Amino acid sequence: MSSASPSSASAFAGGSTSAAGRSIPHESAAAQVAGSAVYIDDMAEISGTLFAAPILSKIAHGTLRGVDASAALALPGVRGVVLAKDVPGHPHLATFVGDEPIFAVDSVQHIGQVVGLVVAETFMQARKAAHMVQLQVDALPAVLTVKEALKAKSFVLPPVFVQRGDAAAALQRAPHTLTGTLEVGGQEHFYLEGQVDYAVPHEQNQWQIFSSTQHPGEVQHWVAHALGLDNHAVKVECRRMGGGFGGKETQAGHLAVWAAVAAHKFKCPVKMRLDRDDDFMVTGKRHPFEYEYTAGFDDTGRLCGLQLMMAVNCGFSADLSGPVADRAVFHADNAYFLEDVEIASYRCKLNTQSHTAFRGFGGPQGMIVIEAIMGDIARHLQLEPLAVRRRNLYEIETRHTTHYQMKVEDNILLPLINQLEQTSGYQKEREAVAEWNRSHAIIKKGIALTPVKFGISFTATLFNQAGALVHVYTDGSVQVNHGGTEMGQGLHTKVCQVVADELGVPYARVLISASDTSKIPNASATAASAGTDLNGRAAQFAARNVRNNLAAFVSGLDNCGAGAVRFENGFVTTPTSTRSFDAVVGMAYANRIQLWSDGFYRTPKIHYDKTTLTGRPFYYFAYGAACTQVAIDTLTGESRVTKIDILHDVGRSINPAIDIGQIEGGFIQGMGWLTTEQLVWNDKGLLTTHAPSTYKIPTAGDVPRHFKVDLWPEPNPEDNVFGSKAVGEPPFMLALSVYEALRDAIAWARRDGHAVRLAAPATAEHVLAALNQ
Amino acid sequence: MKSQPIHFIRRGDLVKLDDVPATRTLLQVLREDLKCVGTKEGCNEGDCGACTVVLGELRDGKVRYESVNSCIRFAHTINGKALWTVEDIAPAVLNGPSVTQGASTMPVSTLLHPAQQAMVDCFGSQCGFCTPGFVMSLFASYQNRVCQGETVTRDSAQHDLSGNLCRCTGYRPILDAAEHMGQLPPVQVDEKRLLQKLKQVAPISMDSKADSSYKLPQNLPELLEARARWPQAKIVAGGTDVGLWVNKLFMDFEQVIDVTQVAELRRIEPYPQHIAIGAAASLNDAFAALVQDRPQLKHFTDRFAGLPVRNSGTLGGNVVNGSPIGDSMPLLIALRSSVVLMRQSKGRTLHRELKIEDFYLGYRKTALAPDEVLAWIKVPRPQRSRSPSPSPLHGEFLRAYKISKRFEDDISAVCLVVNLDLENGRVKAASMGVGGVAATPVRAAKTEAVLTGQPWSPASVAKAQATLRSEFSPISDMRASSGYRREVLGNLLQRFWLESQGADDINLESGLLEVQP
Repeated sequence: MSSASPSSASAFAGGSTSAAGRSIPHESAAAQVAGSAVYIDDMAEISGTLFAAPILSKIAHGTLRGVDASAALALPGVRGVVLAKDVPGHPHLATFVGDEPIFAVDSVQHIGQVVGLVVAETFMQARKAAHMVQLQVDALPAVLTVKEALKAKSFVLPPVFVQRGDAAAALQRAPHTLTGTLEVGGQEHFYLEGQVDYAVPHEQNQWQIFSSTQHPGEVQHWVAHALGLDNHAVKVECRRMGGGFGGKETQAGHLAVWAAVAAHKFKCPVKMRLDRDDDFMVTGKRHPFEYEYTAGFDDTGRLCGLQLMMAVNCGFSADLSGPVADRAVFHADNAYFLEDVEIASYRCKLNTQSHTAFRGFGGPQGMIVIEAIMGDIARHLQLEPLAVRRRNLYEIETRHTTHYQMKVEDNILLPLINQLEQTSGYQKEREAVAEWNRSHAIIKKGIALTPVKFGISFTATLFNQAGALVHVYTDGSVQVNHGGTEMGQGLHTKVCQVVADELGVPYARVLISASDTSKIPNASATAASAGTDLNGRAAQFAARNVRNNLAAFVSGLDNCGAGAVRFENGFVTTPTSTRSFDAVVGMAYANRIQLWSDGFYRTPKIHYDKTTLTGRPFYYFAYGAACTQVAIDTLTGESRVTKIDILHDVGRSINPAIDIGQIEGGFIQGMGWLTTEQLVWNDKGLLTTHAPSTYKIPTAGDVPRHFKVDLWPEPNPEDNVFGSKAVGEPPFMLALSVYEALRDAIAWARRDGHAVRLAAPATAEHVLAALNQ
Repeated sequence: MKSQPIHFIRRGDLVKLDDVPATRTLLQVLREDLKCVGTKEGCNEGDCGACTVVLGELRDGKVRYESVNSCIRFAHTINGKALWTVEDIAPAVLNGPSVTQGASTMPVSTLLHPAQQAMVDCFGSQCGFCTPGFVMSLFASYQNRVCQGETVTRDSAQHDLSGNLCRCTGYRPILDAAEHMGQLPPVQVDEKRLLQKLKQVAPISMDSKADSSYKLPQNLPELLEARARWPQAKIVAGGTDVGLWVNKLFMDFEQVIDVTQVAELRRIEPYPQHIAIGAAASLNDAFAALVQDRPQLKHFTDRFAGLPVRNSGTLGGNVVNGSPIGDSMPLLIALRSSVVLMRQSKGRTLHRELKIEDFYLGYRKTALAPDEVLAWIKVPRPQRSRSPSPSPLHGEFLRAYKISKRFEDDISAVCLVVNLDLENGRVKAASMGVGGVAATPVRAAKTEAVLTGQPWSPASVAKAQATLRSEFSPISDMRASSGYRREVLGNLLQRFWLESQGADDINLESGLLEVQP
């Protein structure tokens, strides 16, 4: 186990001879702190490069009659505009559903929809001119709320119903029932580097796209589709992103296509990046959800029946809303056994930005409602909330199968919660909170300990595959490439660690270069937390192939079995000799041994039925729990998080410091979603929070001094790279403890035992409203 | 219109830039003209800190280091100063290549500045895009604290990093880096050399050529002359709002008069009855002076924007800008401040003084005449209690409250500053400034009237709460609803009452809630 401090992080650096398992700094850290790490907008532009800026709809829904760009075209430096008619290939983006035009064709569907581009000699010229383009739009009625969409049956995809047992009958029998509604807001990704792409036409209609994307393969596919080319004519490269969080999974493709269409029209390289305000207006966000539920339970707080309706605000097109809404359904149980349950999931179409992937991918929205129900059951029965949560946990011998028919085989929920209960001092702290609240009228404290169980694998089974290339050069240095992308999460660092160990060379001998569709084809998005699981394994297999080649060669030299050849610390050892890795590589090259290899991995065991949402969608579950304390000001509704204790399961950690970074960062991002980060659309459908001046992600001042993270000490029981578990998304949902602690504090102030109705995010205004109910 | 060259010090040497347009930002010059792309654009409005750079200037014979947002700062504002970006602080370049020898033979660890190395050691960078900005805020902290023998604490780190957003780390490793950098082998700016260079580069007087687009008057007569001669020119102080008009609203100003180097207007002068704050004094300096007299304002002033904006922005700029949600005006109204406006007419210097609330005529409309400038803000000082022993029921009782979605670096939904003069348990005088409830910052005159002359009692407070809730018709917007704003106004008066009765644990800012690790 490790604690989150630099001293303990460096403790991992000593002693071990292997790279994996150590807290090695991020592969780009030294360049990043020196300002020499290159992001797309930092690349020196090729002479003749033009810049594109988007022309945005100012109407939420309407018929597009015309575009008047005369004022824009009169400005200095402006070269022209790009509209739907300029798309040489298919006018729609190559999304799964195919319902999104590249540029608005004859209708506009949200404020901020991209109608076209202005192309100019500088970024500022293009932006300024784009704002002067006049659109002729006849306004049509717009659907701006989930309730309107439900009423009008305005959906991007058909509803999905999942059930087990007979929820209605169970609710009839239940000694107690609670009925409620909940509204949970969306979230802007706020990657610090906005969306950016650079499209460069090459000879013979071949293209190179530099894209800040989590999914170079999709960018390639989309650009080819839009230009009317085969995929092989487009090469996409991404060295790193300045943050992604799901926001550059599909959304980067839009910019790449726009830049490429502009480059096609003007026959020169085009760079396109979105100013922050445009980024907010154009790109999708975390899906806002609304819920209605009835939960039945017995005197001990055990759930016996649940009817749950989730209405998902998908925005104007499907994008990834289907799989997001599915994952919300899959995670409506969080850590709890739902015996008789019926879930309806509506994928609502609204005239807003098209909401998209965001860390957790519907999981957080699935889990928040069941955690809210747990908290309210405890209040209703005047039981201790952790006891109610424990009472409902998945068990080992019975009550172990999810509502989608997957057996939970790796359940560590109870021991993990028990351990955090001890290390966080939960029971003692709860008493102290009670004591404080009895003697303080204005400031009320709250505490909550909530678990996380998060399924790992892409729910679309086909995406669970990955490829890698490992090259050993004649000097013994190693280069690795894989299909994953680096957005700060440390994927490249971890993959290098795994490859270094597989070849038995020092970590510093392994270098990774940009993700590139011409090196690894058909790679899945770096998403679903699965980056290391998939690409780490593929790279490990590639390195293993090279090592096997070298072992066979050395065993021939020393007359031993290949299995007797060991690769460690830069040396290759047989029962009779020790040679440096570099020397072996040199000899192998001279003997015409292949020094490079591909590697391929597909996740075993997974399958599921897309229509009934049943099967085994996940290879395994990642677990965690957080205990959080808060204080609220009952005069204003303002709140502060005052103490955080986390115990999280990353299996056997490949890089503890990087994993702790994911846990802390995920938690704080989740805290932001549930507290200060409020997206506000006005009654015209205009997003009025479209910059950091109005949209507030957490700052350093929001992080409490007591912020302790421990790692669960057991490896992943499933066969996964290094025994590790995925870590990107699961910690995000640890922040549900913040929401539950706030509701606890509100309940202390109200002292009426009623359910606490608190809309998320819990802004000061929402908290005050909950206090006043 | 032409512009005069910009002279500044970078990497120990003098740099001269020609023909930079008046409204070109420092970030544009760095990234697009100089191709120094280490400094990033995150929001282009001074709210995320990815573009943070550090400026050094000569103040009272010493170098003063300040982190600023390069995205909303006009490039001309660095004329006469020293500039450091993330690419300028490694030991090999910090004091110029001519000073540092043998960099290539140094071990890797010494190739980075402690502010950089600490970020590596503590895993403070993930995606790395905010990192250059954090590094520069840390560099300023290093110069201002570590090099002065001060230990960086968790609190001072949060203060110094208040203008930087990170979306990846959750900040803990960055705060650790702030505390850790002082333990690394020290790296020093060669201040002796720098001071010498700064003296060489300091402008002596304004370029008064008619066709020069960026006027940097160095003293009050020059400013008044410039204002009189070029009434169409845009007056700019810290530029923390004007920069947004350029970046986001595409405004352009052919000619700019920058007041921030007017020596007289940078001064803060204490007099027995009042403090005179020059219109070009930075928010930081102005707030420091106010907090010295009234320490209870510290939390409030620390919550005004983030540190880089307080370094750049001026109190005068905030006042003239007159935003209904600017936080300094409710405070200045409650403190019964006044503004001194100056102009030059027929060779004579004229001035007039207005009560601050009378300065505002409507939404972003002030009484400032086209040929006038704001010169001074006069803030009355607290008068010593006539009671022999200080008592909360005697003398000035002042509190400033700010309600925003985020604690730090946010804009108020509601701001309320209450200043009561109590005498023997009665309200001798009441002065209350409110923000976020009207088209301008306003005085809560009706509520003041309800309280004045009344006993300071729960009954009076209840009456005042009801009046305050109905005195204004605030709008609903993305920051809060009208109903919330009204309700909270009254509730804040309740808090004020409780605090006047000695309650010190009824505020989330009180520090009592902090749990040690």
